[in-house]
Amino acid sequence: MNERELRGLIADVKEGNLSRRAFVRRMVAVGLTAPLAAQMLAYNGVAMAQVKSAYKPTKAGGGGVLKVLWWQGPTLLNPHFAVGTKDQDGSRIFYEPLAAWDDDGFLMPVLAAEIPSLENGGVAKDGLSVTWKLKQGVKWHDGKPFTADDCIFNWKYASDPAAATYTIASYKDVEVEKVDDHTIKVLFSKPTPFWADAFVGARGCLIPKHVFEPYMGAKSRDAPANLSPIGTGPYLFEEFKPGDLVRGKINPNYHEANKPHFDAIEMKGGGDAVSAARAVLQTGEYDFAWNMQVEDAILKRLEEGGKGRIHITLGGSIEHIQLNNTDPWTEVDGERSSLKTEHPSLTDMAVRKALNVLVDRQAVEDHIYGRTGKATPNFLNNPERFASKKTSFELNIDKANKLLDDAGWKKGADGIREKNGVKLKYVYQTSINQPRQKTQAIIKQACQKAGIDIEVKAVTASVYFSSDVGNPDTYTKFYTDLQMYTTTQPQPDAGTFMNQFTSWEVATKENKWQGRNITRWQSETYDKLYRAAEGELDPVKRAELFVKMNELVIENVVVIPVVWRGGVAAVSNKLNAPLSGWDNNTFNIKDWFREA
Amino acid sequence: MSQYLIRRILIALPSLLGISLVLFTVLALAPGDPFGELAQNPAVPPEVAASLREKFGMDDPIWERYVKWLTQMLQGNWGFSFVSRVDVDVLIMQRLPTTLIVIGSSQILALLVALPVGVYAAVRPYSLFDQIATTLAFIGFSLPTFFTGLMLILIFSITLDWLPFVYQSNVEATGLAFYWEHFKQSIMPVSVLGLFQAGVLTRFVRSAVLDVVRLDFVTTARAKGLRERAVIVKHIVRNAMIPVVTLVALQMPAVFGGAVVTEQIFRVPGIGSLLIAAILANDTPVIMAVTFVFACLVILFNLIADLLYGWLDPRISYR
Repeated sequence: MNERELRGLIADVKEGNLSRRAFVRRMVAVGLTAPLAAQMLAYNGVAMAQVKSAYKPTKAGGGGVLKVLWWQGPTLLNPHFAVGTKDQDGSRIFYEPLAAWDDDGFLMPVLAAEIPSLENGGVAKDGLSVTWKLKQGVKWHDGKPFTADDCIFNWKYASDPAAATYTIASYKDVEVEKVDDHTIKVLFSKPTPFWADAFVGARGCLIPKHVFEPYMGAKSRDAPANLSPIGTGPYLFEEFKPGDLVRGKINPNYHEANKPHFDAIEMKGGGDAVSAARAVLQTGEYDFAWNMQVEDAILKRLEEGGKGRIHITLGGSIEHIQLNNTDPWTEVDGERSSLKTEHPSLTDMAVRKALNVLVDRQAVEDHIYGRTGKATPNFLNNPERFASKKTSFELNIDKANKLLDDAGWKKGADGIREKNGVKLKYVYQTSINQPRQKTQAIIKQACQKAGIDIEVKAVTASVYFSSDVGNPDTYTKFYTDLQMYTTTQPQPDAGTFMNQFTSWEVATKENKWQGRNITRWQSETYDKLYRAAEGELDPVKRAELFVKMNELVIENVVVIPVVWRGGVAAVSNKLNAPLSGWDNNTFNIKDWFREA
Repeated sequence: MSQYLIRRILIALPSLLGISLVLFTVLALAPGDPFGELAQNPAVPPEVAASLREKFGMDDPIWERYVKWLTQMLQGNWGFSFVSRVDVDVLIMQRLPTTLIVIGSSQILALLVALPVGVYAAVRPYSLFDQIATTLAFIGFSLPTFFTGLMLILIFSITLDWLPFVYQSNVEATGLAFYWEHFKQSIMPVSVLGLFQAGVLTRFVRSAVLDVVRLDFVTTARAKGLRERAVIVKHIVRNAMIPVVTLVALQMPAVFGGAVVTEQIFRVPGIGSLLIAAILANDTPVIMAVTFVFACLVILFNLIADLLYGWLDPRISYR
């Protein structure tokens, strides 16, 4: 998809031939994020019109207690320290950002009076600043007014390295200026195409200046309000027991009329996913449960209880297999998988292509993930190609055999292919997690038929995903030939996601394996495209660059995508709860209501 | 007596020190990283995790961290949770009462079942009652708590819909209703733990009583013309209790282990579920503190058992 085609599609949306939602879905399919797609429309004069809210209640309160179950309960309630989604979900009950991302990637004003755009002058043409108008008359839970000073304070609080906040990246490179009591201006040091980061979404939640000011920097951990939030949200804080319970009651002075619907909210933590699903779907003890990491077959059986349903939001989480470009079995200067080495067989394009057709995504979807994961060849690929590939699995093994034969990889006496003394034997690692082990088995079997020997390896998740420099089994060290995990795309902007294939991000001993390029694939063309996208202000041109980057990754089989995993929630049949794949589960809790 | 007590407490100190040293070393050497989630998030610069590691002294050598932990502990500072960013003692004090109530009531339940059943079965060995009791006790301690827990949930919560299976620490009711709600939600966790213990104890009480029943003094007591009830309660049971008390104390670690599992299944907000959450999050200070609390409780119960011996058998003297 090139710039001209993109512009054509945007014109279609403008003329009404293509719905906004269809456009966004199309862009997501080519590997862009929904918010990026929405931004393209906004830039071209299609307003980020708000999706109509389905909220029906005509008065605040009267809905009883909203009981939600998070099987890992929130452990802290300060949004600037909320690393885990469970913590973000918990603090979002009390705290709000200026704007939030809805399911189609559109910005929805929360504490902002309106969404900045080129037309209303909020977004500067040169990409160096964005001006936010704040909603008037908003009050903190303790009755003090919410003003521009609070925004300035949040910027200072979050960007202080001594506080070690989770939100630091959104605030450290910007300057925030107060224009008047209800207007702020965010200044960027260089032209920034994606301006909706600071003050937006999960990392944009605002804490009150008058409460947190004495606790900045290193003192931040002593703030009593870390455990008893005072925000602007629809519920007032009542009780918090880390990991167990968060309780709130209706905020009578909430800044939106007739909201919220419930008189109180209870977020219970602990236990396991299956019994949480049971409490919503089967017994109806709870209204909502988060993150149902349960096999789809079980969920379907529980749904027969008739009390609730499964809701799946597709964000950008992709279960994928990475191919190592360096040699994991040779140690150079105290590290394996060093950039100074080259993988003896995986750098051969024929082998990579063969592996790509040996991954039976359809089987993985059908037998393992069900509704919770969609088969995709589509890390960042386009859907037409997808259709032709999934048609026949048998054909794929033949194709793999042919590819390998043509490249000169001959089967030896043991049935394993080899060339010049190099055997196609791989170690394939992932974390311990039942669906993953099943996927490994499916792939191992297919590879065997093509003369590739796979040794599977499973590492405890707490080790595999740690940044423990001393442990050889972490995913960033990648001391095996192949590995598989889910990469999530919590950032609405594709930029932070796509930097995982740039040369300068390679994980090495030097950077303590903190680099994001795990496959250690390096391409000058890719780097150039990425650099160009960084400074490109026209979202359409930028999107085109991202699409090109995607294609490069897929053509070179840098990674093999397996399934696109959604966020799975169990929702009571009576509850109306708008969810978004681009923001927290509770991002719109003010709009939740129980159908009469 | 008080001298003995002081001596026992003084002996307990080095063992606690040893336990803490072993725990600390194992935890420090165990793989995993409390800031893994931070490091995995592409939007968080690596410096954040690095500065946190530095702040919490995680890059120091193990012995240095241990000495630091110990000195803080001696000053009553239990440490600071990496994950919740609160003091560990706050977390523990929030949850300890619940655990003690659940464990305490399950132990009481276990004794209430095991004592009469075990004694009655031993007094009439190989009777029908004995056969049934022995079989049930066998089943009781053969089934692991995670299994019986799930089974009870399936029967009483899902099929019959009588009892809630999510434990609520805040019950919104007052007066009698409050206690009723608490009682209702405690039935399952307490009986899972209690009946498991009861199985073990019944078997043990039975064999201990059997040993005593055949002794000469019992015959003498009967020959004196004492009522059967007095013979059993005053002469048999009291003498049979010494090994039972030992077992109750020795079983404490198993009870805590069972409590960890049961708390997780029923979402009881006790220190057991806190331990699991902390292990999953690699929150070392919390793991350390909870396991240490368990260790203290085990030592405490052993001490209580030793003191009970003297009361049960005056021949045992404390010097």
